[in-house]
Amino acid sequence: MGELDTLTGSALAQIRAAGTLLELEEIRVRWLGRKGTLTEQLKSLGALPAGERPAAGAGINAAKNALQLAIEQRRGELAHASVEQQLSSGAIDVTLPGRGELQGGLHPITATRLRIEEIFRRAGYEVAEGPEIEDEFYNFEALNIPANHPARAMHDTFYLKDGRLLRTHTSPVQIRAMQRGKPPLALIAPGRVYRRDSDVSHSPMFHQVEGLYVDQNVSFANLKATLHKFMEAFFEQDLSMRLRPSYFPFTEPSAEVDISCVLCRGAGCRVCKQTGWLEIAGCGMVHPQVFKACGIDAERYTGFAFGAGIERLAMLRYGVNDLRLFFDNDLRFLAGFAGGRW
Amino acid sequence: MVKLPVSWLRDWVDLPADWDARELARRLTAAGLEIEAISAAAGAFSGVVVGRIVSAERHPLADKLQVCRVVTAEGAGVDAGLQIVCGAANARVGLVSALARVGALLPNERSIGAATLRGVESQGMLCSARELGLAESSTGIIELPHDAPLGADLWAYLDLDDAILEVNVTPNRGDAMSVLGIAREVVALAGTPLKTPARLAEPAAEGAAGAGGESASGGAFPVTLQPLAGAPRLLAQVLSGLDNTRVVPLWLRERLRRAGLRPISPVVDVTNYVMLELGQPMHAYDLARLSGGLAARNARAGEQLRLLDGRELTLDAGALVIADETGAIGLAGVMGGERSAITSSSSDIVFEAAWFKPAAIAGRARRHGLQTDASQRFERGVDWRGQERALALATRLLLAIAGGNAGPVTTAELPDELPRIRPVPLRTRQLQRLLGASVAAEDVERRLRALGMGVRAEKAGWSVQPPSWRFDIEIEADLIEEVVRIGGLDVIEERAPAMALVPRMLASGEVDEQVVLRTLAARGYQEIVTFGFIDPALQRLLFGLQPAIELANPIAADLAVMRSSLLPGLIAVARENLTRQQQRVRVFEIANRFIVEEGEGGIGVTREQKVLAGIALGSRLPEQWGVAATPVDFHDVKGDLSALLALGGGPEEFGFEPAAPGYLHPGRGARLVRGGMVLGYIGELHPGLVRSLDLTYAPIVFEFDYSAAFRANLAQFREVSRFPQIRRDISFTVPVDVAFAALNERVSVAAGSLLKQLSAFDVYQGKGVELGRKSIALGLILQDLGRTLTDDDADRVVQAVLQDLRSNLDARIRE
Repeated sequence: MGELDTLTGSALAQIRAAGTLLELEEIRVRWLGRKGTLTEQLKSLGALPAGERPAAGAGINAAKNALQLAIEQRRGELAHASVEQQLSSGAIDVTLPGRGELQGGLHPITATRLRIEEIFRRAGYEVAEGPEIEDEFYNFEALNIPANHPARAMHDTFYLKDGRLLRTHTSPVQIRAMQRGKPPLALIAPGRVYRRDSDVSHSPMFHQVEGLYVDQNVSFANLKATLHKFMEAFFEQDLSMRLRPSYFPFTEPSAEVDISCVLCRGAGCRVCKQTGWLEIAGCGMVHPQVFKACGIDAERYTGFAFGAGIERLAMLRYGVNDLRLFFDNDLRFLAGFAGGRW
Repeated sequence: MVKLPVSWLRDWVDLPADWDARELARRLTAAGLEIEAISAAAGAFSGVVVGRIVSAERHPLADKLQVCRVVTAEGAGVDAGLQIVCGAANARVGLVSALARVGALLPNERSIGAATLRGVESQGMLCSARELGLAESSTGIIELPHDAPLGADLWAYLDLDDAILEVNVTPNRGDAMSVLGIAREVVALAGTPLKTPARLAEPAAEGAAGAGGESASGGAFPVTLQPLAGAPRLLAQVLSGLDNTRVVPLWLRERLRRAGLRPISPVVDVTNYVMLELGQPMHAYDLARLSGGLAARNARAGEQLRLLDGRELTLDAGALVIADETGAIGLAGVMGGERSAITSSSSDIVFEAAWFKPAAIAGRARRHGLQTDASQRFERGVDWRGQERALALATRLLLAIAGGNAGPVTTAELPDELPRIRPVPLRTRQLQRLLGASVAAEDVERRLRALGMGVRAEKAGWSVQPPSWRFDIEIEADLIEEVVRIGGLDVIEERAPAMALVPRMLASGEVDEQVVLRTLAARGYQEIVTFGFIDPALQRLLFGLQPAIELANPIAADLAVMRSSLLPGLIAVARENLTRQQQRVRVFEIANRFIVEEGEGGIGVTREQKVLAGIALGSRLPEQWGVAATPVDFHDVKGDLSALLALGGGPEEFGFEPAAPGYLHPGRGARLVRGGMVLGYIGELHPGLVRSLDLTYAPIVFEFDYSAAFRANLAQFREVSRFPQIRRDISFTVPVDVAFAALNERVSVAAGSLLKQLSAFDVYQGKGVELGRKSIALGLILQDLGRTLTDDDADRVVQAVLQDLRSNLDARIRE
């Protein structure tokens, strides 16, 4: 049967080489048509001795099936190629820009505020708000800063003509929260504040975030842990924290909070003025006088409070080198914050 | 801020050997006295020695130059001296001054070499204080004491290895505004004792100098104190026969200089010195210019006072003044008056050392736009027992410098009004509770005693008596602060608060702020942050004479009113970005606006309202190869807002009704309403404003109440029909003024419950349509929850709708 194998091999080679459907059909007719080579072979079976016929017939049928299968496969290939050929004339330039609106973005101060809120919310704090126009009571007196107190010189206050003022810090929100609710209270109050000061490092309006936690046995040790963990969470790095005793009329004891420089990791750089430390917040234990102004029993409850500048946190986190950029609202600057991690 | 030369501090306390200036600064900072900077006492110089001029002759060729011989050893002859050419007028034989020899290095890396001046060789230079970095300005060469050791290195002689600490004293610590006060802190921190400098060791010789040591006025100088005026204690002493032109010793001048004060005259320098050293402000009056004694009293309303600096004050009745028989001669504790001021010819003076109540001084200086060294100390609280010592030191120093005699000291006192600093209880339990850490009892006692407090052990803790110089220890927490301040806050170990892990209510009721922000950002809007106060002119331009909330003390004229709308700020930002060559601006801000509403009795009540405002300007979409560049219009922005407002889960609650406040195009504005309440406006900026603001495109602006707009409904299940829907399109013309909202309403009524959705797929006006009418094509989607609709059902609905539109809105059906 060597002859049949040779024939089949030659037929398969022709099928695989067929370049068009027409050519393929000619090949089919040549081999499998009514006068095709294999058909002729089948016809000649009768000439064989009866004993050889079944085996020879099976061999020819197998060869026929193989050729039919190969022709179908090749037909599929040629049909697909022909469609592809037609479609390629409808090709587009996929490298041209897409259509539609571009992504806008959040202001970096808002992004920073949301990040702070998220960190504290997860710890169980609530977010509180308060008015920007305040009166002397909420901004000063309830915070243990009576009229003529020298501490008022630290607040360059904007006054309205009716004697009210623009809050100089977010601390009044503490007072409102303590008047409204009963301990335990755990809240942060981010917001706009105003001071009559404008230069390279001061804006007459800026943002602070205030934190307050009041319960029966809140301690300075708790305050330290909370601030330290917050700073590490905010800056996504391990850092050292140190507290320096300071003075705020509404807390006692009070302290300034320094963290190891987040840029040079404490080695000393331009941003930390070579000290390795960054002044980042103020804090302390709520002054009993403040509790009194809010109707909270200072013998029963203790609490801590802290405050930090949102611009400062944002500048350090994003490497913004000039405070005023936040309020220039230059779209080219703001576009830099459209994506990425806050 | 207080400048503290470390050399001066060493008069009062021995610093531990390993405490250099940096370590001292670190310790003080850690205890709450923040050292903001450490500076050098002088610019670096070397090779400068003490020398005496032994001859001085005129330069043969230059009138203003002298050729001097300067010796640097006691007893050396003229020939042993160096030849120095000097241009200073005060160069004279016998003067001891600073000689920079050849090879000397002066501040700013100026090196001294041998020079020839107009043909005469100079083997160095005689220096002025300015040239040595010892003064900002000076006339002539420096004049050193006659007994300064010739040849001594000037740097060492003046102890210029000194460091000067700049101390930021917090408002509660008036006691730390002196060398003595900071020395007390060091004592508590280092555990070394307080020393008494020699000049204070023995009592001052009161009225002892010379024969008949009585003051010119004879007897004690009269002082009266008005009760309840705020001056319970005032000591006065007359010094007579002074020469106020004498040269103040270099050591004293150097201390003043290093502490940041300028030397003026013996009397003034001495009062300043005492204030810096002891913290007790002093004042001196020219006796010849006083009539009668001193009185501390309240000012008479309208009383005039001309201050030392020439300022003319009109006083109110609450002010505390020092007066003589003719009137006020000083604003007590703040600044003296011009009339009785010390001059170089003053020979008889009255020294005043007083204790004024902090409350009587607080705010006084600031009210008049003043802040003085004295007022800063008095308003924070001066040691109420420190007047004798201060007066004694001042008298002693001044007599030594200016000669003369001291009269007796007058002590006027209102004992009932002197401070009673009460003992404060400190409980061990509270100490531990507030700190979350325990402090050993002996540490508590040691630290408090070292700060000058009286400590008495009691059952639950201690009773602590603050000293006469501390006005900030009133309650237990103040003592706790003192204990940790001295021990250091760093030793308190962090301990996480124990918060209950209990599920709690989520804040509800409003669309999450992040979702609002993110939706706006996704639609191409950039958030901005602008100031709460704006330019009144811009506010007026947009909103006319609507009442605005004005600042009493704006920082600038264009930041003078609280914004009644965010739009002026947004427009300003849009314009700035156009000048930065941005073609397209889409920005928004969420913030409070400040509006005046009519309250009871017509009185304006201000309200803060959180609003969302935005502006879109430029092309509809970013420039793109396949999109025509058409400017953004009302409906683009309306589409953005509709998507945004749908976040609250009730899009059908919102309506846009034709309305245009003055700043909007009269035909292209709408008010946004929700459930009958007006939330705000959206529209195209009025063409007049577009012109006057010099904008090339007309921006679309919007502003509305944030909280009302984003009040969120609970998401609701709505049943979805399983049966097919049928769409029918109708086309007709109506008069141009028929709004889509009216059509929508009629169609909804006429179509009834089968109408699932109505859309306008074509609106046309112009050629082919009768003038005054517009053509509209609507698509009605009909569906029933319970069955498949038939063509008959659909036809019935369409007929009913067309009939209704014909009779109610003058619709004409287009064939």
